[in-house]
Amino acid sequence: MKPIAKFYTALLMIFLFAPIAILLVFSFNEAKSLSVFSGFSLHWYQELLRDSETIDAVKNTLILAVSASLISTVMGTAAAVGIYRLRNRYLRSTLETVTNIPMINPDIITGISLMLMFVFVGRLFGAHTSLNFGTMLISHVTFCLPYVILQVLPKLQQMDQALPEAAMDLGCTPLKAFIKVEIPEIAPGILTGLIMAFTLSLDDFVISYFTSGTTFQTLPIRIYNMTKKTVTPKMYALATLIFFVILALLIITNLMGANNAQNVQDSKRPKARKGSLPAA
Amino acid sequence: MKRFLSLLLAALMLLSLAALSGCGSSSDTLTLNVYNWGEYISDGSEGSLDTVKAFEEWYQQEYGQKVKVNYSTFASNEDMYAKISSGAVSYDVIIPSDYMIARMASENMLLPLDFDNIPNYQYIDESFRGLYYDPDNLYSVPYTYGIVGVIYNANVVDEADAQGWELMWNDKYAGNILQFNNSRDAFGTAMYKLGLDVNSTDKAVWDQALAELQTQAPLVKSYVMDEIYNMMESGEAAVGAYYAGDYFTMLDAQAEDVDLQFYYPERTNYYVDAMCIPSSCQNKELAESFINFMLSSEPAVANAVYTYYASPNSLVYNDEGYLAELGEETVAILYPGIENFRELYNTSAYRNLDPDTLSYINSLWETLKIG
Repeated sequence: MKPIAKFYTALLMIFLFAPIAILLVFSFNEAKSLSVFSGFSLHWYQELLRDSETIDAVKNTLILAVSASLISTVMGTAAAVGIYRLRNRYLRSTLETVTNIPMINPDIITGISLMLMFVFVGRLFGAHTSLNFGTMLISHVTFCLPYVILQVLPKLQQMDQALPEAAMDLGCTPLKAFIKVEIPEIAPGILTGLIMAFTLSLDDFVISYFTSGTTFQTLPIRIYNMTKKTVTPKMYALATLIFFVILALLIITNLMGANNAQNVQDSKRPKARKGSLPAA
Repeated sequence: MKRFLSLLLAALMLLSLAALSGCGSSSDTLTLNVYNWGEYISDGSEGSLDTVKAFEEWYQQEYGQKVKVNYSTFASNEDMYAKISSGAVSYDVIIPSDYMIARMASENMLLPLDFDNIPNYQYIDESFRGLYYDPDNLYSVPYTYGIVGVIYNANVVDEADAQGWELMWNDKYAGNILQFNNSRDAFGTAMYKLGLDVNSTDKAVWDQALAELQTQAPLVKSYVMDEIYNMMESGEAAVGAYYAGDYFTMLDAQAEDVDLQFYYPERTNYYVDAMCIPSSCQNKELAESFINFMLSSEPAVANAVYTYYASPNSLVYNDEGYLAELGEETVAILYPGIENFRELYNTSAYRNLDPDTLSYINSLWETLKIG
């Protein structure tokens, strides 16, 4: 059984990482070709730094991803709290379902419908260009929102409802109880939502394609548009850099997560053993 | 609690409003929105001239007025058409291909140019005027042109076989031949080979071309577009058709045991991409001065060097530095010195076909690909 399991794991790893490995190797290729490795060089990395249009596109993508993920996290958390507090059970489950619809909707339909809406509104106000950074931001927030809600809502449901009540009994205002007790309790959900929103926004192509205007072009759109000629190896260099940045981010968050889990376990264990009343 | 949330929401609204209004341009800077193919202009990489920035600087010096060029790119004529006809964006200068210019002109989507503002138009070669897509030279200024030719690996293919479209049907090279994965281009190769009209609306003509493609099918290694670069460079395939400018891109990257060569069959496809001003343009004079600038010597040469496509601009193909940089052999291939270009072009370049014929071609294409 064991060798089979090992083989299976190896196969899985190859499937997942072979394309990235090839990209990584060829980003250091001296020549332009994907078939011949003619020598190690940092040429394409230098070229990348000189390509101001691509650098701008990277900047744009990051600006958009950061603002869209922050806004959608704040809005999504607020929405989750609102849904969670609803007394009417039917209304609540209806709302939960409705917020899930944009997730199931194909990107292309979301993209086209958003574009049509922006054009319609733009025409109403007589604008000659109705698509710009703002419209892209709105679209990204739109498709990130449900994912944040989906992450935060279960955390709220897992939370012991007595906690905020206890805090208020002990003199907290509702706002203070929310900030001091509820937010730390649901923080892992908020963080996952934030990271998910960020990555979704970062690599979205379809919706961005339909809602981008004349001034703001993101990286996925730029790479797609390069296909009149071949995609140059400087894009491999860029992809390699992005891969390592994301890898570093993942490692950091995982380490932080592991630490948190450790802390939680540490703080819970003695209490359980003693079986005493929780300390004030 | 409620107040906190409403404050939060209000802050958000303000933020998004600020983001929206931040995009409006300030009044003392003119903006010019340019929409071009990706990788189709000299952009400052590899030590080349950044032509867009050069225009901004030149304009400020010339007119003392700041200009901000918003340069964005598209991947196909159809993408560009969809974006512009949606009315969502307004561009000032676009660079579509010939058949798309014809279509947009017929749909009143282009503005007639004022050539008093484009004096450099005089440098455009006589044979690039009065082409079918713009017979009265109203709407367009040619940017680049290209001709489809056959690329082959001389280490595999006998020199004697390298002639005409027949090479792509030669069973000696079965399993080594690449065909376009695009109905129009693939049918084109068969129709040029048979001497048929590529713009025919007669279904029988297309059936004939299909039969020719079906005899070729067993010899074809695969139907490709972009993949042709890697397959030819590595020697994985030995015969394929593509544009001359792209042949040089492959040549730059060919493997050691590959020797890529190129020739033009007698009848083949030509394309011309040209600069136009769409009807959504906000500042026509500025757009015209951009077009004029792109025709002037320095940026035009830089663009031609960068894109590797042939230029219809006499300032480019007579430029000593440009000719020296490309080298004799390259020049001979890029500029085959066609005497009657206009005639050849008007008779054998692809035109926009009516929807009926197009859907018929697509159904034939599916027959070919499935069986």
